[in-house]
Amino acid sequence: LAVLHVHQSFACLLQTNIQSDCRWYSVSHLSVKERIEKKRKAAQMGGGQKRIDAQHQRGKLTARERVELLLDPESFVETDMFVEHRCSDFGMEQDANKFPGDSVVTGRGRINGRLVYVFSQDFTVFGGSLSGAHAQKICKIMDQALTVGAPVIGLNDSGGARIQEGVESLAGYADIFLVHPSDLPHHGSLCILTHLMLCLQDTSYLFITGPDVVKSVTNEDVTQEELGGAKTHTAVSGVAHRAFENDVEALLYLRDFFNFLPLSNQDPAPIRECQDPSDRLVKSLDTVVPFESTKAYDMLDIIHAIVDEGDFFEIMPTYAKNIVVGFARMNGRTVGIVGNQPKVASGCLDINSSVKGARFVRFCDAFNIPIITFVDVPGFLPGTAQEYGGIIRHGAKLLFAFAEATVPKITIITRKAYGGAYDVMSSKHLRGDMNYAWPTAEVAVMGAKGAVQIIFRGKENQAEAEAEYVEKFANPFPAAVRGFVDDIIEPATTRKRICRDLEVLASKKQVNPWKKHANIPL
Amino acid sequence: VFHVSTSAHLTYISTFDKILIANRGEIACRVIKTCKKMGIQTVAVHSDVDSNAVHVKMADEAVCVGPAPTSKSYLNMDAIMDAIRLTGAQAVHPGYGFLSENKDFAKRLAAVGVTFIGPDTHAIQAMGDKIESKLIAKAAKVNTIPGFDGVVKTAEDAVKIAQQIGYPVMIKASAGGGGKGMRIAWNDEETREGFRFSSQEAASSFGDDRLLIEKYIDNPRHIEIQVLADKHGNVLWLNERECSIQRRNQKVVEEAPSMFLDADTRRVMGEQAVQLAKAVKYSSAGTVEFLVDSKKNFYFLEMNTRLQVEHPVTECITGLDLVEQMIRIAKGYQLQQKQEDIPINGWAIESRVYAEDPFKSFGLPSIGRLSQYQEPLKLSHVRVDSGIEEGSDINIYYDPMISKLVTYGATRAEALARMEDALDNYVIRGVTHNIPLLREIITHPRFVSGDISTNFLPEVYPEGFKGHHLDEDRCRELLASAAALHVTSQLYSHKILGTQRVSSAPMDQNNWELCVELGQELHDIEISKSGNSYIVKVDGGQVEVCGDWNLASPLLPLTINGTCRMLQCLSKESSGNIVLQYMGTLFKVRVLSKLTAKLNSYMPEKVSEDTSSILRSPMPGTVVAMSVKPGDTVADGQEICVIEAMKMQNSLTAVKQAKVKSVHCQPGETVGEGDLLVELE
Repeated sequence: LAVLHVHQSFACLLQTNIQSDCRWYSVSHLSVKERIEKKRKAAQMGGGQKRIDAQHQRGKLTARERVELLLDPESFVETDMFVEHRCSDFGMEQDANKFPGDSVVTGRGRINGRLVYVFSQDFTVFGGSLSGAHAQKICKIMDQALTVGAPVIGLNDSGGARIQEGVESLAGYADIFLVHPSDLPHHGSLCILTHLMLCLQDTSYLFITGPDVVKSVTNEDVTQEELGGAKTHTAVSGVAHRAFENDVEALLYLRDFFNFLPLSNQDPAPIRECQDPSDRLVKSLDTVVPFESTKAYDMLDIIHAIVDEGDFFEIMPTYAKNIVVGFARMNGRTVGIVGNQPKVASGCLDINSSVKGARFVRFCDAFNIPIITFVDVPGFLPGTAQEYGGIIRHGAKLLFAFAEATVPKITIITRKAYGGAYDVMSSKHLRGDMNYAWPTAEVAVMGAKGAVQIIFRGKENQAEAEAEYVEKFANPFPAAVRGFVDDIIEPATTRKRICRDLEVLASKKQVNPWKKHANIPL
Repeated sequence: VFHVSTSAHLTYISTFDKILIANRGEIACRVIKTCKKMGIQTVAVHSDVDSNAVHVKMADEAVCVGPAPTSKSYLNMDAIMDAIRLTGAQAVHPGYGFLSENKDFAKRLAAVGVTFIGPDTHAIQAMGDKIESKLIAKAAKVNTIPGFDGVVKTAEDAVKIAQQIGYPVMIKASAGGGGKGMRIAWNDEETREGFRFSSQEAASSFGDDRLLIEKYIDNPRHIEIQVLADKHGNVLWLNERECSIQRRNQKVVEEAPSMFLDADTRRVMGEQAVQLAKAVKYSSAGTVEFLVDSKKNFYFLEMNTRLQVEHPVTECITGLDLVEQMIRIAKGYQLQQKQEDIPINGWAIESRVYAEDPFKSFGLPSIGRLSQYQEPLKLSHVRVDSGIEEGSDINIYYDPMISKLVTYGATRAEALARMEDALDNYVIRGVTHNIPLLREIITHPRFVSGDISTNFLPEVYPEGFKGHHLDEDRCRELLASAAALHVTSQLYSHKILGTQRVSSAPMDQNNWELCVELGQELHDIEISKSGNSYIVKVDGGQVEVCGDWNLASPLLPLTINGTCRMLQCLSKESSGNIVLQYMGTLFKVRVLSKLTAKLNSYMPEKVSEDTSSILRSPMPGTVVAMSVKPGDTVADGQEICVIEAMKMQNSLTAVKQAKVKSVHCQPGETVGEGDLLVELE
């Protein structure tokens, strides 16, 4: 009922469009009941109508609008609406500078019926800056989320620390990010140091130091967009996981995305009702791998054709495009999908794609999401840039991630599985549960040409030797006879197989030896 | 449903043990089907990119005859001769196109004692040359079009002759066919340009750039007579096919019989066709094409000495299997039928389903991979001749035809209604296709009443094809369907199975307020659910939408206000964007809750780029000529470059007067659809 009440008053306010400055009520001749009402109204208005309009003019929604869009209708239960900041310097103590709720809206609600905690920074109040009170509000819902085992979604729109508060606001950051590290495996929040970060094109910026500081320190000329815009973070730095055109689109996608994830690491991955037959034969897969083994194809064609309803939520689609990662469902079960992308750089593994893949695999393992891996990898990218950049160290991250993962792991080799990269890609050697090869699979140390050039260096008849190598190794048999793949399957039956295997593997129990924490090569 | 041959016997007389099909795609598959029926072994030939093609899988044996370009594979006679030798094929069926009307090929086969399933070389030669064929036709007392009976040598020659005949004139390749190398000119300037294009196209398509000119008959119908002749002088005419619906002189929709012909005209045309066939001692199946004017005067156009693309409509109404007949005739058997045995049973319509974008000049080729593909074979009285399957690639090397969709019925109306259904049930994903146009044609009042000519498309769509125009009722139905689909999918999102540690809140809503965006317009919608049906209040009307609501199926069979409608859902995104195929055309809608729509109005609009100063390739192809360089000034309508795609030369022109800023491609370069070619200032 309380919830309903809040919303009704909100709607009422919007209709009557009351004056922007509604913080004149300091005189306490009003009854407590009236004061409560006033405060609630004021909290609803954030920084006031003018600032709300300005926010809209920038093409952005307010904190409350975002929450409303994200959550199921009338499901939001707000907390700490009456919290105000405690700063008394620089005139901040004046009533005009106090906003009930301060610069963040917090509470809990439902997305498609499932529980979620949420905080949404309010740019209309001091630019959404982080005060001690603001941090305290966030920490409160994080603590609650932790006790019930539910995720936290943060909608960030903040200029940074509230400068007037000095060290107290910095302590607030520490509270959120350092004091509560134990939270982190439990929530899918949207800020940095978290599991997934989505951002907006043209309006999202994120950096440690802004362009002005950059200019004064390093003398680089750089715009906000170039330094920390959505494009930078989704295509170059790999900081953000996906960018959206605007608030509305991002929040709508977030609602659907949320459905893929379990509420916490204590829960199994959710299973949604599925209308796509689990035994559907996918005929198009029989011809997806081109006749010439050097020709590219789109791994997304395979993924879209196999998963339920063709619904694939890709993570980091514009970063390290030579590996594809994302979420989908198989017969209703959420799965994480990792695939080499032959269309980009032949699908090789390099530093960025290894790190991207590793992070994703660990995410899945942390949240009990089975991993399906599609392999078409010619190897690790050679060259000084990669070696100097530490490809050995970074490539090992992906190997480590797959090896330590105890969730069900199903691997399909569609074509090339060469050398060390073959090992890395969820191979049998890394405890893959079911490893399949398509008839087009080539599991070998390297391509025939390269191999022959080494084995028969300086000898004649290289063409003949190459043909022999192809005959011997450019097929699935060498791996199949050793049991490194469990079966050679018709591509069209892949979906059926995976669905069946997932059902069996749902009860998989595997425990890694005890350690304080694993030592992934960071 | 494969509607061929009513011939009573199920065992076939012995003809050949093994036939090689020197073709690809649907026609190769078509021939193989009949061979299988007749107990004949089949050999497919293919290019390397076609290794996985359907015709290769269907045939008993397959031989790769070269790389993708047709000149190196399907036109590569040496390689095909090798394949014949290798496999021991006794006969070759050439299909249509490629080597089907190549007399040298027929001669080479004859030299090694292999039967060419088609007419004798001398008939191919006589009819293959348009100038000679016209002379022969004249001599055989067949009505012919006034024109110049000789080869045109230069552009100026062409202008002179055109002036003598009188405009408009038609310039066409002497060796041509299928509309390639064909241009219509209304004045001297167009004649010069037409000469240039036609000779280029003729050279690239047929390796023979000889051209001829004749009087162009404005607003004619294209009606052709199917003939069947054996090697013993017996010739039959198997009625006509109406092929007037064309774009750029290529047929799109064909039917048999024609609504326009009365029994007498039909008989006279048939008899003239037979006279011509006899005059060249024709054997096998052949087609005599006529132009028919509004007074039912008909003129001989050309004779195609091969199996025609649109032969299935004739098979449907006569009950004959033309491929079977061709094979029998090639073996030397006499025709079993007499002229009076040839019936017109009902009506058949054929739609050519192409991978092309009908919104660009009624169809510019598109390429891609058929990610999903379902032929409407569950419907009765439907025949689909295709050579592709789910997963097939439509590439730039070959004809972009996906299939020939044929429906038949006792009456034309029945056949048309079935065609409408079949088009709605046809699932094609991954390439742009022309089903929107086909469906509009077959439901257009002018087409339905039979008021058609070869100018049908430009006359009916003078501004170009724009897709189905939704009237008020249809618009409401579309909005209601989209809203219902949206709500279904929202409800579906709540269906998490199994017991959960933290229980879910059920969706107990039964009414929703939505806002649907279609085009630039926003429509407020109230929708309520009961069982599988939704009551939708939209634009002052009420629509009831009922369905199974399977979100995994590409087909969305709905009952809208009691009428069965087949919609297709092409995509449904979290952002509320839904693409639906309705009445054949794709409509993009965006369904949002009322609240979301309100908040969405604060979102900045995306600015789209100014396209007038950017020339992008409208289709994938090869740049064959670049007529400008940076710094040049171009006038509105001036040619900027020429792109060749699927053997068609397409001239791209400027849409405003401007200076050329930069050129991003060179002749010989392969470009993809949407690639930047030239930037103007």
